[in-house]
Amino acid sequence: MKSFLSGMVRFRRGSWEMLASILIALGVVMLMQPWFMWAFTWSFLVTLTGTVMFIVTSHFPE
Amino acid sequence: MQRTSIERVAAATPAPVARRLTGLSDRVIAWIFVAPTIFLLLAVNIFPLIWTIRLSFTNMRVNRPNEPVEFVGLRNYQRILTDPDIWQTMQATAHFLFWTLALQIVIGFALAWLINRKFRGNDLWTTIIVLPMMLSPAVVGNFWTFLYQPQIGLFNYAVGFLTGADPSSFSMIADVRLAPWAIIIVDTWMWTPFVMLICLAGLRSIPASIYEAAECDRASKWRQFWTITIPMVLPFLMLAVLFRGIENFKMFDLVVQLTGGGPGNTTELTSINLKREAFEKWRTGYSSAYAIILFVTVFGLASIYVKALNKVKSR
Repeated sequence: MKSFLSGMVRFRRGSWEMLASILIALGVVMLMQPWFMWAFTWSFLVTLTGTVMFIVTSHFPE
Repeated sequence: MQRTSIERVAAATPAPVARRLTGLSDRVIAWIFVAPTIFLLLAVNIFPLIWTIRLSFTNMRVNRPNEPVEFVGLRNYQRILTDPDIWQTMQATAHFLFWTLALQIVIGFALAWLINRKFRGNDLWTTIIVLPMMLSPAVVGNFWTFLYQPQIGLFNYAVGFLTGADPSSFSMIADVRLAPWAIIIVDTWMWTPFVMLICLAGLRSIPASIYEAAECDRASKWRQFWTITIPMVLPFLMLAVLFRGIENFKMFDLVVQLTGGGPGNTTELTSINLKREAFEKWRTGYSSAYAIILFVTVFGLASIYVKALNKVKSR
C-alpha cells in the first residue's frame, strides 16, 4: 500500500495503471449489476475515466 | 560477377522512377512504403470510429435521409443510461458472461489437468477436445438448434434418459427459464477447449523441480496443488477470463443463430439489442451512442487484457 501511494505521488506507471484498471473494472461491474439504477447510469463515466486514465498513464515512467 | 539483390532491384527500376527516387532520404522512402497501410488503417478503422462518435451526438436516422440532422448533445447517452430495457439487456449479458466464464474456467482447467498427465492416446484426446473451437459459430448454432429440438433432439433425449423426464415436455430454446442456459451450454461446449489450451500452457510451464522439492518436503498432493499449481497457473487463468470475457461481451452470431434473442428478450444480449436499435428501429444516432458505450467498455477491458498479457510474457 505504501509503495502504491508513493508511486501515485511520484507519477509512476504501475500505481496509476492499477488505479485505472480498478476504475475500468468498477465501471464494468456498475454497468452490469442488477441492483442499483444509479450505478448503471454512472457506469459509463467511470469506465471512460478509467480508460482515458489508462491511456495517459501508460506513458508515465516505470 | 555475382550481383547483390539490391543491385539487381536498382538495375530493374525504370529510369524515370529511378530519377524521381534519387535524392530522397531513407526516411521519405520508408514513409512512401508505409503510407498505403496507414491510409488503409485510417479509412477502415479510425474514420468510422470518429464518424460514429459524431453521429452519437445527433438524432440521425438513416431510413429518413431527407430529415434534417440535429445536434442533440449528450441526450442519446442520457437516454441509454437511464433506459430500464437496456439495463435488463446488460443483466442478461452479465448472466451469460458470469456463467460461461465460471463453467469454462472450471471445466477447462479440469480438462487441462487431465490432459497434462501422460497417458496413451493423449494427443488424440487433445485433438478431439479442441474440435468444437474450430467450427464456425453459425454451424454450431445451427446444429445445436437441432440437438435442442423437443421431438427429435439428442440433447432432450439424453436429459430424458438421465432424469426420466419426457424429452418432449421441455424446450431449451422456447422456454423463458431455460433459454439463457441453452446459450450458456453451447458457448461452454464451444469455447472450453480454448481455456483448456491456455491452462495447459500454464501447467506445462511449471518446472518439475518445484514439485520434486515439495515431495522432498513431504507436501501432500493437495497442498502442492494449492501452493504450487494454482498460483503458477493463475496469470494464465486471468488471461483466459479476460479474453473470453471480452469475446462474450460482444457475443452475437451464436445467440442469433440459436435463439435470435428470444423468447421475448430473455437472451437478448447487448450486441443483438444494438443491432435491433440500428437496423430494425433505424435509430442511427441513438445506436451510435450505444455502440460507443460498448466500445469504451471493451476497450477498457482490452487495456487490462494487454497489461495482463505483458505480465505473463515477462514471467
